[in-house]
Amino acid sequence: MTTAPPAPPVLQLTDVGWSIGGAVILDDVSLEVREGEFLAFIGPNGAGKTSLFNLVSGLNPVSRGRIALDGADITRLAPHARARRGLGRTFQTSSLWPGMSVADHVRLAAQAAQGGSFRLWRRARPFTAEVTDTLERTGLTGRADALAGSLSHGEKRKLELAVLLVGDPRVMLLDEPMAGVSAEEVPALTELIRSLHRDEGRTVMMVEHHMDVLLGLADRLAVMHHGTLLALDVPDTVMADETVQLAYLGEGL
Amino acid sequence: MSTVVLLGITGLGLGALYFLVASGLSLIFGLMDVLNFAHGALLSIGAYATWWAASHSFGFPLALLFGTAVGTLAAVALELGLVRPLYRRPREQVLATVGVGLAVPALLSAIWGADARTFPVPSALAGTFTLLGASVPVDRLVLVGAALVVLLALRLFLGRTRHGLVVRAGVEDRAMVTALGIDVRKAFTLVFAIGGAAAALAGGLAGLYFGSVDPTQGGSLLIFGFVVVVMGGLGSVSGAAVACVVVGLVQQFANYYSTAGLGDLSVVVMLAALLLVRPSGLTGRLA
Amino acid sequence: MNIPALLRRWWPLPALAVLVLLPYSALPLPGLLDGPIGSPGSLQLLALCLVFGALATGYDLLLGRTGLLSFGHALYFAAGTYATGLLLTRAGLGFWPAAGLGLLAGVALSALLGAVSLRVSGIGFAMVTLAFAQAGSILVQRDPGGVTGGEEGLAATGLPASLVGIAHTADLYWIALAYLVVTLAAVQWAVRSPIGRVWEGIRENERRVEVLGLRPYGFKLVAFVLAGTLAALGGVVYLLLTGGATPQTTTSDFTLSLLVMVVLGGSGTRWGPLVGGVLYTWAQHRLASLAGSGTIAGLPSVLRVPLSQPLFLLGVLFVIIVYALPGGVAGLPARLRARAVSRGAQA
Ligand SMILES: Nc1ncnc2c1ncn2[C@@H]1O[C@H](COP(=O)(O)OP(=O)(O)OP(=O)(O)O)[C@@H](O)[C@H]1O
Ligand SMILES: [Mg+2]
Repeated sequence: MTTAPPAPPVLQLTDVGWSIGGAVILDDVSLEVREGEFLAFIGPNGAGKTSLFNLVSGLNPVSRGRIALDGADITRLAPHARARRGLGRTFQTSSLWPGMSVADHVRLAAQAAQGGSFRLWRRARPFTAEVTDTLERTGLTGRADALAGSLSHGEKRKLELAVLLVGDPRVMLLDEPMAGVSAEEVPALTELIRSLHRDEGRTVMMVEHHMDVLLGLADRLAVMHHGTLLALDVPDTVMADETVQLAYLGEGL
Repeated sequence: MSTVVLLGITGLGLGALYFLVASGLSLIFGLMDVLNFAHGALLSIGAYATWWAASHSFGFPLALLFGTAVGTLAAVALELGLVRPLYRRPREQVLATVGVGLAVPALLSAIWGADARTFPVPSALAGTFTLLGASVPVDRLVLVGAALVVLLALRLFLGRTRHGLVVRAGVEDRAMVTALGIDVRKAFTLVFAIGGAAAALAGGLAGLYFGSVDPTQGGSLLIFGFVVVVMGGLGSVSGAAVACVVVGLVQQFANYYSTAGLGDLSVVVMLAALLLVRPSGLTGRLA
Repeated sequence: MNIPALLRRWWPLPALAVLVLLPYSALPLPGLLDGPIGSPGSLQLLALCLVFGALATGYDLLLGRTGLLSFGHALYFAAGTYATGLLLTRAGLGFWPAAGLGLLAGVALSALLGAVSLRVSGIGFAMVTLAFAQAGSILVQRDPGGVTGGEEGLAATGLPASLVGIAHTADLYWIALAYLVVTLAAVQWAVRSPIGRVWEGIRENERRVEVLGLRPYGFKLVAFVLAGTLAALGGVVYLLLTGGATPQTTTSDFTLSLLVMVVLGGSGTRWGPLVGGVLYTWAQHRLASLAGSGTIAGLPSVLRVPLSQPLFLLGVLFVIIVYALPGGVAGLPARLRARAVSRGAQA
C-alpha cells in the first residue's frame, strides 16, 4: 500500500522581508499554512500584521524571500493574478468603492468571480440572487441601495466580508474583520467566519486583537512583534510561552 | 567638432531652463500630490516682470531679481488663495491650477499683446566666447550657471535645514510627518514659493535665451518640464537634474541633425520608451 | 403610467424631435443668437455646440466614468480631422473612404498611445498623455514635408458638394446632431455593460478592483480607445462643419477646454458634459463677438482689457466653478433641493 505524498502547504512564506524608505518593517518571516487551517495573527499595534498581508496579497512587493501558493512561486505575481488563484482578502481600514451602492459592490465582485467582465456589447447582469443571498448572510439586508461611503464603521466591515464571500476564495486573509462592529453583532460575525472555515473548508488567516473571539476558532496562533514572527503554535502553547507574554504584555505596561 | 560643442552647450542651456521649471513642479507634486498646471503661468509672470523691468532701465541682474520676486509672490498668493482652501482634494487643486494656467496667459496677451516682445539683452551677455573652436553665446553659460546654483541651493536646503528636512520627509511619507505633529501646510507654501521663484527665474532667463517673451512660452516650457519630471521620477530633484540634461541635449541634437520639430518629437518617443522599459521612471519613484 | 412619469423617462425623445426640427424654425432668440434659429449663422453655432457637447461626453468616459485624467484628448480629435483632411486634399481620396480611414487612424493612434500611457497611473498618466499630444501638436505646426499646412491649417478640398456651403448648413447641423446621438448612445451603452461596471470600480478604487482578480489595464485601455474613437469621429464631423483643420485643435489648451466643459457641466453624469460643452462653446462665441463689438471698446481699460480675452474669462469662470459648484451644472438641482430641505428643517 502506498500513501499519497503529503500535499504541499497551501501557503508557504520563506524568509520574507519588507523594507521601505530605509526602515525594515518585516524581517525573516517564515511560515506554512495547511489546507483548511485557521491561522490567527496577534501582536501589538505596528507589529507588521497588515504589512504581511499586503505582501501575501501582492499589494506591496517583497524586499526579500519567497512566497508560494500550492507549491507554486507567486512572489512576483500581480495582485489580480494571485486573486485569480484563489487568494482573497479584506482590509483593516476599509477600502471599498465609496461612491457605489452596497448591491453594486456585490455585483462587481460576482462579475469578477464568474468571468465575462471584459464585454462591451451586452448589458451587465443584475446578479439578483447573489445580492440577496450575500447581503442576508452578512446582515446587510435592507442596505442594498446605500452608498458604501455612507455606511457605519461596522457596516463597512460586513461589506468587506460580503465582497470577499462573493469571490469564493479558497484562502481568505481577514484583517481585523470585527474592528468597529458593535458588541451584539460580534457573535453573528464570528459564527459566519467559523462556518466559512469549518463547514466550507476554507483556509483562513485572520488578524484579530480580541483573544476571546479567536479562542475556539484558531487552530494555530502566530505572534508578530517588531516585524518578526515571535511564536507560531497551537493557542495553549503560545499563551504559555514566556517570551510572548513578555513581548505582548510588556508592551502594554 | 565646433558644431557639436555649440549644440552641446545650447542643449545644456535648454536643459537648465527645464530644470528650473521641473525642480519646483517635482517638489510640489512630491509633497502635495498637486500637478501644478499654473507653473507655466508663474514662468510667464516672471518673464514679463523681468522684461518690463529690463525695458525700464533696471540693470539685467536687478530686473531678474525683480522678476523672480514677482513670480515668488504670485506663487505664494496662488497657494494661499486657491490651492490651500482645497486641501485634501488634489483633483480639485489641479483643476484650480488649470484655470489659472488658462487665465494668466490670456491676461498677459490682453495687456501686452499676443505677439512676442523683444527682450533687451544686455550687451555684456549678447556676445560670444570661443570654446574648443566654437563660438558660444555667453547667455548659455548664464543659464547653466543659474541652474547649477539653484540645484546646489536646493540640495543644501533639503539636506541641511530644518524646513528642508520637513519637505524631504513629507515627500517621502506625508502621513508620517503629519503624525509626528509637524504642520506640513507651512511646507506647502514654502515649496510653492521655491517652485515659483525657480519658475520665474526660468522665465527671465528664457527671455534672455530666446531673445523675446510671449504669452505661450510658459505653456510650452511647462510641457517639457512635465516630461523631465516623469523621466526623473516624481518628487526627486536629482532625478530631474539628470533628466533635464538628457532631454535638452537630445532635443538640440535631433533638431539640428534632422528636420526642426523632430527633436521635440524624439524627446517624447524617449519618454515612451523609458516608460515601456521602466514604468517607474529613472529613479523608480513614479507611483 | 401617468404622463409625468412617462415624461420623466422619455423626455429625451421629444427633446431630440425639437432639435431635429430646429432648422425649420425662424424664431429669433435675441441675446442668445445673432439671427433666427434657422439662419445659417445660428445653425453653424448650434452645430458646433452639439459637436463639442458630444466631444465632452466622450471625454468624460475617461474622466468621469473611469477616473482617468487625460490631458491629451485633443490629439485624437485632431487625428480624425487631419487624417481625413490630408487623405482628401493630398491623396485625392473620396470623402467616405477618407473619413473611414481617418477614423481608423484615430482608433490606431489611441490604441497605441493608450497602451503606452496606461503603463503609468494617476498624475504620471496625465503628464504622459500631455506629452504625446504635445508631440502631435508640434508635428502639425512645424509641418515637416509641408503637408499639414502648419500654422495656417488645412483647407479641405474635395468635400462632397452636397455638404459644402451656406445652402447646406442644415445638413451639416443634422450630421452634428447625429454625431451627438451616436456618442450619447455609445457612452450610455458602454457604461451599462460589464466593462462599464468595472470602470466604475476603477474610478472609485483601482487597487480594490485588482484584489478582486481583475487587471485594470485592459479595461482602462478599452475606455481610452473608445473615447479616442469617438473623438476622432468628432474630428471628421468638425472637418465637414468648418471645411478644414486648424492647429488650434491639436493644442493642450484644446484638451483643457474639454476639461473645463466636463467640469462645468458635471463630470460622471449622463447629461452634464453635454450641457457643459454646449454652454462653453456658446459662451466662447458670444464673448468673442462681444469682445469685437463696440460695447466693450467703450469701457475703461481695467475692464476692457481682461474682457477682451474669452480665455481669461473662461479660466476665471472655471476656478469659480471648481470652488462654488463642485458637481457642475448637472449637480445644481440636487444641491438646490438639499438646501431647500435643510432650510425646511431649520424652519
Ligand atoms: N507604506 C508604509 N510606509 C512606511 N511605513 C509603513 C508603511 N506601511 C506600514 N508602515 C509601518 O510599518 C509598521 C507596521 O505596520 P502594520 O500596519 O503592518 O502594523 P499592524 O501590525 O497591522 O498594526 P495594527 O495592529 O495597528 O493594525 C508600522 O510602524 C507602520 O508605520
Ligand atoms: Mg493592521
